[in-house]
Amino acid sequence: MEENNIIVVEGLYKKFGSFVANDNLNFTVRKGEIFGFLGANGAGKTTAIKILSGLSKPTSGKVIVAGCNVKHEANKLKKNIGYMSQRFSLYDDMTVKENFRFYGGIYGLSAKEIKLKTDHLLRKLDMVENKDVLLKKLPLGWKQKLAFSVAVMHDPAVVFLDEPTGGVDPITRRQFWEMIYEKSLEGTTIFVTTHYMDEAEYCERVSIMAEGKIEALDTPANLKKQFKVETMDDVFVKIARKES
Amino acid sequence: MWAFIKKEFFHIFRDIRSMVILFGMPIAQVLLFGFAITTDIKDVNIAILDNSKDNITMELSNKLVSSGYFILNDNLKSNDQIEAAFKRGDIKEVVIFENDFAKKLKKEGKANVQLILDASEPNTANMISAYTSGIINTYSLELMKKSFKMPVSIITDTKMLYNPELKSVYMFVPGVITIILMLVSAMMTSISITREKEVGTMEAILVSPLRPIQIILGKVAPYVILSFINLIVILLLAKFVFAMPMYGSLILLLLESILFIVMALALGILISAISKSQQQAMMLSMFGLLLPTILLSGFIFPIENMPLPLQWVSHIMPSKWFIIILKNIMLKGVGMAYFWKETLILFLMTTFFIVMSVKKFKLRLE
Amino acid sequence: MRIILYILQKEFIQVFRDKTMLPIIFVIPIFQLLILSYTATFEIKNVNLAVVDHDKSVMSSKIISKFSGSAFFNFKGNATTYDEAVLSLKRSEIDQILVIEQNFEKNLRSGQSPHIQIATNAINGSAASLMSAYASSIIADFNREIIVDENPTANVGLPINAQPTFWYNPELNYITYMVPGILVLLVTVIGMFLSGMNLVKEKEMGTIEQINVTPIKKYQFITGKLVPFWIIANVDLAIGLLIAYFVFSIPVVGSLPLLFGVSSVYLVAVLSLGLLVSTMTNTMQQSMFISWFLLVIFIMMSGLFTPVESMPQWAQNINYINPVAYFIKINRMIMLKGSGFADFHKEFYMLLVYAVSVLSFAIMRYRKRV
Repeated sequence: MEENNIIVVEGLYKKFGSFVANDNLNFTVRKGEIFGFLGANGAGKTTAIKILSGLSKPTSGKVIVAGCNVKHEANKLKKNIGYMSQRFSLYDDMTVKENFRFYGGIYGLSAKEIKLKTDHLLRKLDMVENKDVLLKKLPLGWKQKLAFSVAVMHDPAVVFLDEPTGGVDPITRRQFWEMIYEKSLEGTTIFVTTHYMDEAEYCERVSIMAEGKIEALDTPANLKKQFKVETMDDVFVKIARKES
Repeated sequence: MWAFIKKEFFHIFRDIRSMVILFGMPIAQVLLFGFAITTDIKDVNIAILDNSKDNITMELSNKLVSSGYFILNDNLKSNDQIEAAFKRGDIKEVVIFENDFAKKLKKEGKANVQLILDASEPNTANMISAYTSGIINTYSLELMKKSFKMPVSIITDTKMLYNPELKSVYMFVPGVITIILMLVSAMMTSISITREKEVGTMEAILVSPLRPIQIILGKVAPYVILSFINLIVILLLAKFVFAMPMYGSLILLLLESILFIVMALALGILISAISKSQQQAMMLSMFGLLLPTILLSGFIFPIENMPLPLQWVSHIMPSKWFIIILKNIMLKGVGMAYFWKETLILFLMTTFFIVMSVKKFKLRLE
Repeated sequence: MRIILYILQKEFIQVFRDKTMLPIIFVIPIFQLLILSYTATFEIKNVNLAVVDHDKSVMSSKIISKFSGSAFFNFKGNATTYDEAVLSLKRSEIDQILVIEQNFEKNLRSGQSPHIQIATNAINGSAASLMSAYASSIIADFNREIIVDENPTANVGLPINAQPTFWYNPELNYITYMVPGILVLLVTVIGMFLSGMNLVKEKEMGTIEQINVTPIKKYQFITGKLVPFWIIANVDLAIGLLIAYFVFSIPVVGSLPLLFGVSSVYLVAVLSLGLLVSTMTNTMQQSMFISWFLLVIFIMMSGLFTPVESMPQWAQNINYINPVAYFIKINRMIMLKGSGFADFHKEFYMLLVYAVSVLSFAIMRYRKRV
């Protein structure tokens, strides 16, 4: 069981001065799982995801991601994870192909691998004819799908998605989640934060954060049972109301 | 309206870094220009190559070194050492006394000193040469007086008007005032308005019941006050730190400054109306406003000595006219009668820029 | 190494794709060089002179003709009184007033020393001292001629003859002096602003976030940011040298490889400084203002326009941390005098230390963690 856990978090604290952003987080994520990370704005989600992806150091506690201790092995860790931020962060003034080439290059893929990967991913996105188009000319939904493809291009063990579908239309959101499922079936672990409660239903397990603590963690079905409600929306509201 | 201006103020003053730059820069510039930068020469390193070493060459060498202009860096032994000394950049001038200097002077009544100058800095070389020759000629004239009867010597009284101590700061203060007003009023305004456009907050303001003219006034009001504070600070520094006089009317000076500030603001609005991004606005202000203000306004370099085409270009620089007005009021102490032409030109330019910017701005809104 | 190549490729694509970049990089420097070289001159000529001649004698008109015959002065006519002349000086019609006292000739003949007054508009102090010196020397010349007239036995000249020779720039051409300095100014402005704005742009656009989660190393990233502008600035320098040669006929007297060697080290220092500024700022506006502020101080103190030796000691000490001052000095030495490495090794090592320390500081300051 232990070796199946790709993310292990034990007693994670993160403090900014006297403010406690993450208060004793404990959880594990299994290999290949789609793990949802929910919470209101300011609950400490982004802080946690930044620690897990090596962008920020924990104040105390043990965090192991893909076999790397995030405290000491940030660089080794970064080779094994992918990340997609809530703000679109690919290069707008470069073409689709150029973005792939650049990110493939800095993850150390060979020129041949980059070409194969780019072709493969573009074919899946049905965007082969757009490969020489500047990113700023593409609609937001397409750009988000591209950002996801770039994040998984080097076949990371874990992908962190920070509100990946913000501002995207429902159809594209569906397509986006199909991509996530597909990647998960290939054995990639997906760690995703979201505001959309219908998206929470797609996750295998969901944790809900409030004021720096994890208030609930289980499958969507069990959570609904536990709180005796019909939808994830209601679960969320119940936890939020309990807090206030 | 008030609330809007207050918001603008809050925006600017909250950013400490910008504040430090906005107020630190003028102060630092005035202090540096005033204390450190001088176009005069003193303590110039020279070398002497004395092939004669007699009492007259010794005396002349002493006169040179004790003049205060020169520092004796090296006594050279031969001509071969000259080139190397220049190339190292240690010295700017070599003074060479010929063989048997005193003897020749006594026998033939004539002796030669050769001055070799590093003219890679022509202005300095010229001045050094003039100072050295001056010292030698004075000494020479004394010798002459001893041997001949001197019928007359004309006494030249020199008088330096408006700046008897020849302080460089008198030149720089009007220039720095102009640059700072230009920087704060035109550049800052253009960038700040463009930024609202870029971020999209402009639309929110535009749909509010404020009229466009109110919006613009609200945007520029803080910068008018900032510019004014800077102007006062520079004037106080000039007066109390550099003892620079203020012969003319202070009120007139402030009025002319307001005219110039309004002109700069209109320019800033015009720039923001034509540029699409902050970067563009910055580049336009930088290369379209600041560099010409420094180069073609007579701030550092006198316009009269530039090639004619550039002199023509300088006529369309508002800063040129403003600097003339400032110098007239502060240093010459004259009144409107002496610079009504310059004021009129500034006024016409201001009107032109206001009309242009309102036109462009409206075009954008529709 | 491969990773750095990928970063470089990306930076070059971005630089050359931006339509506003190309004119900034190549056209503006050329304009600057051409215009600055012609404007940046302290040379004094065409001094406008008015004369107040109270004597109206043969002698006084002899003196006046000496002035009007000089290429240095523009004779702007006579004024009846000193006050009248001052008025036209106030109106900026003239720069200098020559006043010849009444009984000038009489005093001269009778052996009393006559007076001549020279009043100069001294708002521009250094120009005034030169104007005044020129006028005095014309009068001194005139005086000597009189002595020779009175003493036929005397030599025509003074007993000691001071003969100046101007090396490296015999015609005292001011442009020759300014161009090497302006070249430095040009590559500095380009290098510092481009490198300073580039990193901040990634921050403003948010692209830096994606970079930070990659295994890219700090030095790789900074190198990628530095090299393109380093190449561009060196190309700008080359273009500038060509213009200097073909437009201003200023050849590089010294070694060209040496010049580019020094500029390469210098540019590392300047670009790192720009990067350092951009690691410490969050918006392009801030970065721009801080860079501008540093540059103005560096340039004014560097000796580009005014002699460094004349500054007070504390101000000269500031120049120990002023890379612009080092390179302007070295560039003038190489271009105009043909100095070799041994002649400026001290300045070069200072630049080297500067480049290495600012670069390491910039790498340290660039934090991948938030």
